[in-house]
Amino acid sequence: MNSKKTVKDIIGTVLLYTALIIIAIVCSGPFIWLLASSFKGAEDIYTLSIIPKEFSLQNYREVFSLLSVGTMLWNSVIITVGGILIDIVFSSLCAYPLAKIDFYGKKLVSTSLIATMIIPAAAGLVVNYLTISRLQLMDNFLGVILPNSVAVFSIILLRQSYMAIPGEIIESARIDGAKELKIWRIIMLPQIMPSIATIVIMDFIGKWNTFLWPLIVLDVDKYPVATGLKYLSGQFNYKFGNVAAGTVFAVIPIIIVFIAFQKYYINTMAGAIKG
Amino acid sequence: METINKKKLKDTLVAYAFMAPALLILVVFVFYPIVYSLPLGFYNYSVVGETKFIGFDNFKRLFADGDFWIAFKNSCLFIIVVPILQLLSILIALMMNRKLKGTTLFRVLYYIPVVTSMVAVSIIWKFIFDPDGLINAILLRWHLISSPIQFLFDTKLALPTLMAVTIWQGLGYYMMLYLAGLQSIPEELSEAATIDGANGWHTFWKIKLPLLQPYIWFCSLISVIAAIGVFDVVFTMTDGGPDKSTYVINYYSYRQAFSILDFGYSAAIGLVLGVVTTIFSIFLFIYGKKGGGSIYE
Repeated sequence: MNSKKTVKDIIGTVLLYTALIIIAIVCSGPFIWLLASSFKGAEDIYTLSIIPKEFSLQNYREVFSLLSVGTMLWNSVIITVGGILIDIVFSSLCAYPLAKIDFYGKKLVSTSLIATMIIPAAAGLVVNYLTISRLQLMDNFLGVILPNSVAVFSIILLRQSYMAIPGEIIESARIDGAKELKIWRIIMLPQIMPSIATIVIMDFIGKWNTFLWPLIVLDVDKYPVATGLKYLSGQFNYKFGNVAAGTVFAVIPIIIVFIAFQKYYINTMAGAIKG
Repeated sequence: METINKKKLKDTLVAYAFMAPALLILVVFVFYPIVYSLPLGFYNYSVVGETKFIGFDNFKRLFADGDFWIAFKNSCLFIIVVPILQLLSILIALMMNRKLKGTTLFRVLYYIPVVTSMVAVSIIWKFIFDPDGLINAILLRWHLISSPIQFLFDTKLALPTLMAVTIWQGLGYYMMLYLAGLQSIPEELSEAATIDGANGWHTFWKIKLPLLQPYIWFCSLISVIAAIGVFDVVFTMTDGGPDKSTYVINYYSYRQAFSILDFGYSAAIGLVLGVVTTIFSIFLFIYGKKGGGSIYE
């Protein structure tokens, strides 16, 4: 009886692993295949094999001459880092009084922030486009960075971590006559670092991948990688090998950052509804 | 009775000083677009012509616009994604919710599509679905088909193909949320049931599923909102084609604005979607609070 159960267990485990591996191939296989294709030669590209017959850097050479990959990567870095910096500095400042200071209009500010998460901007792209034109920020990195910089989600997330800090620490600092800005910088900021790390990762993924808004606001020479790829794959006579090599540049930084910080990231995404 | 006290007044000044930079950006780029979207739909606003108030003209035009109705129908059809995606995600989450070696690796592999840019995803799948692409090559080699399937170039197949890509990209995300839900169920509950003689199937139906219900509601609502507002996958993979067969509301609205520069009409289309989305979001908000979700606290 006992051994029968064990046999059943082993079969169950084997089946389970088989299923999990098949799902893993479906989910991540396409990326492996992309990477493999980027190293294939032109005559090899339509074959099914995962391993290139001949390891070739031809596609990478060609995509570098076709697109200014270096510039595009740099543009992505400017847009991503700029947006992240604005978000973490402004959001962490903004969330502090919402959590720890009693002030007039607090309810109104909190409610308005939550309202933006419920009511969509029906013509958000159009209105922001008109605003950016009026501010004369077209074809300017600021025009891409500013509209998507401060995220209400970041403010709400940070407010929660401020609230977890015991009030006595702040009170005693206030009694000692410390200014609020000093309290924030010396006492509060170090405590919310884990949340800031989470926001940095989430922002990195979101901003690195953004392609539509840069397409609207910027000219070709300022395109980040994602937008540049959309542009390249929109061209009529592209070679798949070239696009594959270009796509590798768009995907690799994200996958590295994601794998390095996956624990933080996934837990936050899951925790957002877990409460 | 509360009198305006000096300390609170001083605190108020400090508070707004802290919030000013963020609020300035949010007012200009988040609040203003929400508020201004409404009147914009009632204007004839184009870059070249004169802007004037035209009442409900944009909406009348919309009701008579065949292309809009194609887009509307397709956006509604896209909701088919929701039950399939949720069911598959729950199944995978159940498989992952065991003490197995290597679950971290599987988590990462399932999640990679979620964090990848839609542009990259579209490039990969366009090539996989190509008449000369991976899927057709495999099917031809196994003699399952005699001529390549025109996944993205057939007016009947293009929309379901986009749905498949959407399901593929969403699996990791929802699986993760359900896994969090399953892991919040105290182990003693299932153990007690097992001791009482319940089999795995029984514990799932009687214990896990009811406790998972708030998560199912929450995920389904998010998923419905995403489905009717679908844009990225259409814009990157088919550009509405072939022959308008993958027009969706958001894409049509975008097109009216940025190809035809008819901003007022685009806003009117966006408002239709906005109303529907808001209704679902209110449900989500109420449910999020009831289900103990902290995101809206």
